[in-house]
Amino acid sequence: MNMLGMFCIRACSGLVGCRTATRVRSLHSLPGITVAQIDEEVAKLLQLKAQLGGDDGKHQFVLKTAKGTRDYNPKQMAIREKVFNTIIGCFKRHGAETIDTPVFELKETLTGKYGEDSKLIYDLKDQGGELLSLRYDLTVPFARYLAMNKITNIKRYHIAKVYRRDNPAMTRGRYREFYQCDFDIAGQYDAMIPDAECLKIVHEILSELDLGDFRIKVNDRRILDGMFAVCGVPDDKFRTICSTVDKLDKLPWEEVKKEMVNEKGLSEEAADQIGEYVSMQGGMDLAERLLQDQKMSQSKQACAGLSDIKLLFSYLQLFQVTDKVVFDLSLARGLDYYTGIIYEAVLTQAGVAPVTTDAQNGAPSEESVSVGSVAGGGRYDGKCRVWASALASRGSSPSWSRKPRHIG
Amino acid sequence: MNMLGMFCIRACSGLVGCRTATRVRSLHSLPGITVAQIDEEVAKLLQLKAQLGGDDGKHQFVLKTAKGTRDYNPKQMAIREKVFNTIIGCFKRHGAETIDTPVFELKETLTGKYGEDSKLIYDLKDQGGELLSLRYDLTVPFARYLAMNKITNIKRYHIAKVYRRDNPAMTRGRYREFYQCDFDIAGQYDAMIPDAECLKIVHEILSELDLGDFRIKVNDRRILDGMFAVCGVPDDKFRTICSTVDKLDKLPWEEVKKEMVNEKGLSEEAADQIGEYVSMQGGMDLAERLLQDQKMSQSKQACAGLSDIKLLFSYLQLFQVTDKVVFDLSLARGLDYYTGIIYEAVLTQAGVAPVTTDAQNGAPSEESVSVGSVAGGGRYDGLVGMFDPKGRKVPCVGVSIGIERVFSIMEQKAEASAEKVRTTEVQVMVASAQKNLLEEKLKLITELWNAGIKAEVMYKKNPKLLSQLQHCEESGIPLVAILGEQELKDGVVKLRVVATREEVDISRADLIGEIRRRTSEA
Repeated sequence: MNMLGMFCIRACSGLVGCRTATRVRSLHSLPGITVAQIDEEVAKLLQLKAQLGGDDGKHQFVLKTAKGTRDYNPKQMAIREKVFNTIIGCFKRHGAETIDTPVFELKETLTGKYGEDSKLIYDLKDQGGELLSLRYDLTVPFARYLAMNKITNIKRYHIAKVYRRDNPAMTRGRYREFYQCDFDIAGQYDAMIPDAECLKIVHEILSELDLGDFRIKVNDRRILDGMFAVCGVPDDKFRTICSTVDKLDKLPWEEVKKEMVNEKGLSEEAADQIGEYVSMQGGMDLAERLLQDQKMSQSKQACAGLSDIKLLFSYLQLFQVTDKVVFDLSLARGLDYYTGIIYEAVLTQAGVAPVTTDAQNGAPSEESVSVGSVAGGGRYDGKCRVWASALASRGSSPSWSRKPRHIG
Repeated sequence: MNMLGMFCIRACSGLVGCRTATRVRSLHSLPGITVAQIDEEVAKLLQLKAQLGGDDGKHQFVLKTAKGTRDYNPKQMAIREKVFNTIIGCFKRHGAETIDTPVFELKETLTGKYGEDSKLIYDLKDQGGELLSLRYDLTVPFARYLAMNKITNIKRYHIAKVYRRDNPAMTRGRYREFYQCDFDIAGQYDAMIPDAECLKIVHEILSELDLGDFRIKVNDRRILDGMFAVCGVPDDKFRTICSTVDKLDKLPWEEVKKEMVNEKGLSEEAADQIGEYVSMQGGMDLAERLLQDQKMSQSKQACAGLSDIKLLFSYLQLFQVTDKVVFDLSLARGLDYYTGIIYEAVLTQAGVAPVTTDAQNGAPSEESVSVGSVAGGGRYDGLVGMFDPKGRKVPCVGVSIGIERVFSIMEQKAEASAEKVRTTEVQVMVASAQKNLLEEKLKLITELWNAGIKAEVMYKKNPKLLSQLQHCEESGIPLVAILGEQELKDGVVKLRVVATREEVDISRADLIGEIRRRTSEA
């Protein structure tokens, strides 16, 4: 009996209540089966399920919100309003406009944009129309908006809820429905001026919100990649070593080094060299020193990044925010799509409830929150090339989902 | 071969590509089939589908929003913000607090609450967890919230988007994702005071929004039901006759009567009697007259409603809003869950684009918008009790503002007016007249930002003055602070008024004060 015949018999056995374990063999080599026919059979089975009262049968009413979501009571709303007013006031002070997008997108709009995180996307049921999914962040809708409207220059903020089928751990401040508050400057401009303004904005917001002392760590993707290169990291290990370095905000160097050497197969020598660099922090002086560094200066990429850091700090000085900004070589945050400077704001005060994160292998999700982290962002040129002709953008995406935890 | 055998063979035929049309027979009488087993088989087939690349295969990128939804661009957001500020300002003036609920609810929370409209609910895919649906309105989540938190008294507003798989007709202003703006007073109170306050709030909002003249029509479910009873409508036809009467805002009486008699099977006599009543409009005087009406007064229900209308109008007089409120017996709006007064606000001005609705048989949807309708509501005492495990009653009265309609009107007005809608609030552009002044500009703008002044600078090291001025014109920025080499030597900044082009030198020390003075006068 051929494979198909066996499948059918087993399907039948299943239907008549026999306990035979069945597994679908790979059937894609069999001729003649079409997707439409499968759809038809699936529809019939679902209809049968419905007839059998597959949806629990009883309409017992359970008074709860969906897992990972919550209502906001009037007290929380009053706090929320205050926080939004402060943040929006700051965005407006800097001349930003705002947009809004639908809560769901065409499924295909979100497909292929989030890598491994795609499994966390909420899909809508196929009810006979377009396939839809709830938005996972505000950046992809933003890029779609720019492309649809052929916009090349815009300074916009967008505050709205996004949806991720995480395993919510309420005490960790991680919900499935949560606010994102994004500010982005899109357009071709002279280097580092908008980047510096983003940092000025983060500084203003965190100061006004009165959350206690904070630091904004700054680094650059090109410096990281250049550093890996001169330390002897093979090209194909860049991204994975990068995500290990990113764990330095939660783990001590010994453990991070162990992961690099034992799990990621890096030579101990390379790891040690990395270790020397990633312990460095400073301001413009550090950038200058590294430009003179014998090893680092061998990388053109790193030098480009270091020059930009210098320029950035000169603007930050004029903006009067250098007191809180640190050039930190251990910062390796986030998504693959950052191409230039990256930054992350952390609260430094003890007493603020630490928000631990699930370490995720591979590229850490944008939402992976280190202890006290309240904002993050960077420059992402090239990502927009996916949608339209090259758009130079930089952005800052504070993750305000944690806010109520800290101030409530 | 028994039925099951046939099903299997046909399923198999399907799988091997045979074109046999197959139909699943009713199998629920066959023993041994469980839902779990069906789930298993479905899962396998879906897996097979995925392997065959069932999701189109190619990942062609289409630049569009989902059907029935749209982005809001900065102009629309600016209008939206203005509208919300007016509305929320009014709610706050009346002491309301606000809540927010998740965009999706457990499917079972929404089940059984919307009658025929349930088919318009967006479900989420079963991805192995709870079954979820997008909220269809804000009232059911509100009732759930009250029951969950055992709240018996609250005055709350809630502005948020809701989701309905309508057939969207964009030109008709009907979307699948749209804002609802609800205000409700829940709790056991003395009759008609909160009801009157709801109407006062509607009056204030519509006046402040400046949409033109409007009327608020008021009626009462008990008066309608009592009227039907005394006109000889059989009990079991109340609701269906009610929805026919509701069409009077769009259709002339002759057609409405025709539907009652021909389609709904009402006697012509009953229809004529109804016809006499539903043409009546007035104020407190009409309520008094009807209480004396020989026929109407036979209905206890109607009398209760009429007394409440009298009481309502006495309060409306004190609230100074009777100029716009009309007791109108043809008003039969909305959902089954109204138990007392009902009201609807309509714009009366011609020139406002009419929004026609799809007539829906049965209970007209809450969102069914008659020509010019911008708000609606009423008293609904039984809803919360449906959610409460002990069936505790929480009487409610509320109103829903048709905010999408308002946006639409405001957008049209903005289009028609010569005045540009600003999308930013920048007060001062920091500009330079010569090259190499970026550092100085950044220093100056930092002083302005630190003083709370809204300011912008171009992201160019050496922009041309003309481009900077052009940006001001396009964005509607009223002032320019121009730095030049001479000005820096003299310790002044040239302040230019964009509208008049006049320029004046202000000392660096006085600049912030001068900017504040000029922008507060504006």
